[in-house]
Amino acid sequence: MTAPAMPFRESLTSREQAAAHQFNWLAILLVPLVAIFVQAFFTAQLSWLAVLDLPMMVVVFFAVARRNPVAGCITGAIVGLLQDALGGPAHLIGMYGITDTIVGYLASSLGLKIDVDHPGTRFLIIYGFFVIHQGVYYGVGRGLLRQPLSWSWSHVAVAALANAIVGLLVFRFLDRFRQR
Amino acid sequence: MDSILGRYRNLIVLAAILFAQIIALAIQVRRPAQDGEIRLIRIWAVGALTPFEKAVIHTQQWARNGWNGYLYLRGVRRENRQLHADIERMKLEQTRLSEDANMARRIQALLAFKEQYIDKTVAAQVIGTSGSEQSRLLYIDKGSNDGVRPDMAVITPTGIVGKIVQASPNSAQVLPINDQLSGVGAALKDSRLQGILKGAPNGTTTLQYIMSDEPVRPGEPVITSGGDRIFPKGLPVGTVASVEPGKDLFLNIRVIPSARLERLEEVLVVTKIEEKLPDTKDLGPIRASDILSQRLPGVPATPVAGASGTVSGTTGTAANSAAPRATPGAAVPSGTGKAQTSTSQTAVANPSATRSGASSATAIKPANPNATAPPKPSPNPAVKPGNATAPAGTSATPDSNATPATKPAVRNPPANAPLDETNPPPPPKTAETPPQ
Repeated sequence: MTAPAMPFRESLTSREQAAAHQFNWLAILLVPLVAIFVQAFFTAQLSWLAVLDLPMMVVVFFAVARRNPVAGCITGAIVGLLQDALGGPAHLIGMYGITDTIVGYLASSLGLKIDVDHPGTRFLIIYGFFVIHQGVYYGVGRGLLRQPLSWSWSHVAVAALANAIVGLLVFRFLDRFRQR
Repeated sequence: MDSILGRYRNLIVLAAILFAQIIALAIQVRRPAQDGEIRLIRIWAVGALTPFEKAVIHTQQWARNGWNGYLYLRGVRRENRQLHADIERMKLEQTRLSEDANMARRIQALLAFKEQYIDKTVAAQVIGTSGSEQSRLLYIDKGSNDGVRPDMAVITPTGIVGKIVQASPNSAQVLPINDQLSGVGAALKDSRLQGILKGAPNGTTTLQYIMSDEPVRPGEPVITSGGDRIFPKGLPVGTVASVEPGKDLFLNIRVIPSARLERLEEVLVVTKIEEKLPDTKDLGPIRASDILSQRLPGVPATPVAGASGTVSGTTGTAANSAAPRATPGAAVPSGTGKAQTSTSQTAVANPSATRSGASSATAIKPANPNATAPPKPSPNPAVKPGNATAPAGTSATPDSNATPATKPAVRNPPANAPLDETNPPPPPKTAETPPQ
């Protein structure tokens, strides 16, 4: 006699679900680069796309999926430094590096504790990490470098919402690269 | 020890990566990049990205050209007819305007008024951005191999875009005017007030350092002032969108850029600006009226009948008083015989001949200093201002006792009479001074 299947069972975090996902090394290498390319290229065509932060989404995705804080840190640092390299001379190299390193670390630590495959959870994760990302960037720029950065809660809230919505689609697309 | 390292491995790695990056930041703050120096990581990143961006852009262009040039030809005949009609209309307009432009150039040449000309440009394609809201940098597909250097102006036919900040061999970074680090010398076209156009973090542009008691109205065009030594004077910048009182007695003037900064495709990099006198070789002989208009004091463009008739109020100040009211681009009477009228109007019609903050009289300064000197009562018969009777170079001291300006004492010579050795200016004729 088999027990009836519980409808909510799928949303629970099983041991298998909590296990780290593996990715092809080519995907790990190319996806962040493509994200940076798309971000740099399409914002030239449509400037409002600058609100979105595709590289950050990719960092969060790999961090929560691989559930390895060290890998999350390194991925964040590399992606952030590449973003910094595309900034102007006034944009110091390391600002996005520090920000994405922290985001990568926190995301992978969070991935160890909660189910990150549910769309609702993903929405909240992306929303939250975008706010943290903006906050850390502001803190580094304003606190460490005394740069004249401005902060607007309303702008950050709306941008985080846009990132969370787009991020759901991006995460869905990136799920295809999972090997396990 | 091993257990501690193993337990806090993640935190240690995090701290190490952060520490390394903070050190890198500190080094950059301590030793900023010198002029023209580019960090190696930037060269690598841009060098890696640029070929892909160029490839996508060229493919995009190829597809668009193919579609527009070969497939989507709906309405082309009608558009062609319309364009032909436009060309005919513009030819007529050009004939009229070229006469005015020739006159302006002759006067500039007479005054040795050097003007900045855009001598050489390089067309470039926008291929990317920095990709973040914090920095609005653009990337173009031309670099130092094409003659692009830092601090060169980047423009479009509709308005200015920004300036080059860094140039790699095959690409260059453009700091657009709406970036928060940007600053452009700009002036209001009508009132000639000068300020600095600055970008903001949210991508808007504001004209700063205009005093709050100055009359500025929305819709007024904004042009470059040339004060930043990057953009030549007189290029379109944008239009005033709103005017609000700002901090410290200055107005907060929001400007909408003329160039579509949010959707740029092709731009021009100004690689050579030449400062030279206007070329008057092809303009024919210089007319007597043009020279005399500089030698003689001016009179108001529309003399008031029944005025006191004294010329003192008009000496050298005619242009002063007329200049701010007349708008640049106002029609210049070509071939007019009233020399002083054409002078004052041409001076103002030519935007480069007027300086903001100073009247047009300072820009178009009569060659004869006596002409601008305050009027002195003179027992001598007065030389009527505005009539082309005095020889070039003679002192034309206006007399307060002269005949009313509304009644010309002598006839003006033909305005198009050339002034050269074969046709010397006529001897001065004097008006009879009425007995006092």
